Amino acid sequence: MNNLVILPLLIPLLAGIFLVIFRQNILLQRWFSIVAIFSTGVVAAYLLQMVADDGIQTLAIGGWEAPFGIVLVIDMFSGLLILTTSIVSFGCILFAFNSIGLEREQFYFYPFMLFLITGVNGSFLTGDLFNLFVCFEVMLISSYVLISLGGTKVQLRESIKYVLINIMSSTMFLLGIAYLYAITGTLNMAHLSVRIAEVGQQGLLTTVAILFLVVFSLKAALFLYFWLPGSYAAPPTAIGAIFGALLTKVGIYALFRMFTLVFYHQPEITHLLLGVMAALTMLLGGIGAVSQWDIRKIIAYNVIIAVGFIVSGLAVFTSTAVAGGIYYLIHDMIVKALLFLLGGTIIGIAGTSKLKEMSGLIRNHPLLGWMFFITVLALAGIPPLSGFIGKVLVIKGTMEAEFYWLAVIGLLSSLMVLYSVMKIFVNGFWGETYLSKEQEKGTTSGLLFPCILLTMVSIGFGLGVEGITFYIDQAANGLMNPDIYIKAVLKSP
Amino acid sequence: METLMALLIGVLFTVGVFLLLSKNFLKIILGTSILAHGTHLLIITMGGLKKGMPPIVRGENVSYTDPLPQALILTAIVINFAVTAFFLVLAYRSYQELGTDNIDKLRGIADE
Amino acid sequence: MKPNDVILQTVTKIVTFIILTFAIYLFLAGHHEPGGGFIGGLVIASALTLLYLAFDIETVREGLPVDFKVVAAVGVFIAVATGMGSILFDQPFLSQAFGYFNLPIFGKTELATAVLFDLGVALAVVGTGVTIILSISRDA
Repeated sequence: MNNLVILPLLIPLLAGIFLVIFRQNILLQRWFSIVAIFSTGVVAAYLLQMVADDGIQTLAIGGWEAPFGIVLVIDMFSGLLILTTSIVSFGCILFAFNSIGLEREQFYFYPFMLFLITGVNGSFLTGDLFNLFVCFEVMLISSYVLISLGGTKVQLRESIKYVLINIMSSTMFLLGIAYLYAITGTLNMAHLSVRIAEVGQQGLLTTVAILFLVVFSLKAALFLYFWLPGSYAAPPTAIGAIFGALLTKVGIYALFRMFTLVFYHQPEITHLLLGVMAALTMLLGGIGAVSQWDIRKIIAYNVIIAVGFIVSGLAVFTSTAVAGGIYYLIHDMIVKALLFLLGGTIIGIAGTSKLKEMSGLIRNHPLLGWMFFITVLALAGIPPLSGFIGKVLVIKGTMEAEFYWLAVIGLLSSLMVLYSVMKIFVNGFWGETYLSKEQEKGTTSGLLFPCILLTMVSIGFGLGVEGITFYIDQAANGLMNPDIYIKAVLKSP
Repeated sequence: METLMALLIGVLFTVGVFLLLSKNFLKIILGTSILAHGTHLLIITMGGLKKGMPPIVRGENVSYTDPLPQALILTAIVINFAVTAFFLVLAYRSYQELGTDNIDKLRGIADE
Repeated sequence: MKPNDVILQTVTKIVTFIILTFAIYLFLAGHHEPGGGFIGGLVIASALTLLYLAFDIETVREGLPVDFKVVAAVGVFIAVATGMGSILFDQPFLSQAFGYFNLPIFGKTELATAVLFDLGVALAVVGTGVTIILSISRDA
């Protein structure tokens, strides 16, 4: 029992409730939310060190021990993701200070941002399948509000589709839970793993596994990504950034957890399917990114490609590839948020998101330009930036496991990523400078600081990879050996 | 009893999917709601219908009905209620702003 | 033309109190029997909805100047805070306790911390329920 485990969920929740009550005081809203996120990050870092020293920490809520009650579990994998979530949302909320507008701030922007983070952290923490559903819903309902907040025509049009597709996938999630409960009689993930290992993963269970695969793929935008480009391009930058960085990643986390802990007995069916879907995601997402001429759309398609790449690490299912997937997952959360923020700043300056209508921004905004360039390199996986080590390990893992087709497509997708974001750089920053400083539609004041912060984190992650390796190896080790997790949760010797 | 429930769930799913495939916002929302009800019934059927006494410990040797599915669907119903309410308001606002309640007309490239 | 709803208004004035009393009964019964904060809160919300139907929104707001979004937030806060209370006693989050006390009028009474949690739930349900009704009914 360790009550600290609940804090990453509790701090943003309490802060959000508090801010609903004090709605009018914008200054209080801003500072309170930033302090709440910061303290969540501190607690997450402390917990991470605790996990590294003493192993997995658990908390049985209300004293009802697993498998009967709801249990919160923090292992290395979820701890790393919670810490990254705090860093990313810190940057996004700082960016929102100067970009989101007073109107949205008064209509509960900060509380819903905090509730979203509550849901995300809860999804990472929980050890119970139904509780995962509830945390997903907390996150999704907040995202419904955030995506439609402000009520412009584009937002309303896209949010209707977004809400509908997510309601459908939630219904399917519940269906999967019902079948799984009927077959195994438990919903605790560790207990599920034990029971499925006992009876063997027969045809029925594999079918349920594929149902879960569909559900989480819809959330993670793995192959079933058709809803993503439109809806992530609609809301303001800060919201788009937090969506792109966090929401799909929660789906990926659920895929990693379910297909390493529970449904790992028939990789020749489930993991092969994951691999095929990952390959198709990378190819189709890449084609989408290359073909677009709208900055927001290009960035949204880049989210999709990364999802494919991370999941290909899971699909191969060797410890090298899974470790690579975790590296790339963390890198991608930071860099995608950064890419969204930089793209939003560019759009703010140029007053348009169409690449063909902008040019030569680097003359007046050298810092923005070079930061974008660094981000592009990190995305493409150029050493020593943060994307490199993840890419190397995933490709190495796929090669070793003789998934050559997946490795080739993974490398090809890197080229497409490089081409598509380089297109933004070349068209936006090079060429003749149309706009003088006076003619620009927006300013960069206050917007560059969070971008610099995230760039530093990204560079730090790339250069300081030696120091992080220990944590990530432990996370991958935990995923590849479900026994460690089961022992910690069920307290069995 | 289980067979009857299975038939009912099947009917609810059929109706839900049929409504979901229509073009009108309101019908789609009703479709999601009916689909959710089908799912809730499925959960309670899957957990086993009434098999014994209410699950309050009495000390003697009796069998109890599984209380978990009921707790699960109570939570799911509340979530579904909140989401449906939000979706209704959202659809109404969209109808006012966009001037249509036809999902086919939301394929906007026009203003981009 | 203003509709003639004398009967509705007169009945509402009396029935509201009956419904509210029933809601409190349901809320307190919830500890051992069917009932509880959720259902109690829903019944209170339905009493308020009846008031909104019989009189108009403005009139009720004058008599009951409460922002129901804040009510919901306070409710969730109470619920979470009772959960946090257990952290102070070094118990797992959301643990509960109960005991028997001799009170002046009631005699030997069972008091449980779960009631406080339920109070939070009830307030949250009233707040969200009324907020939903009000936002759907607006500018119709």
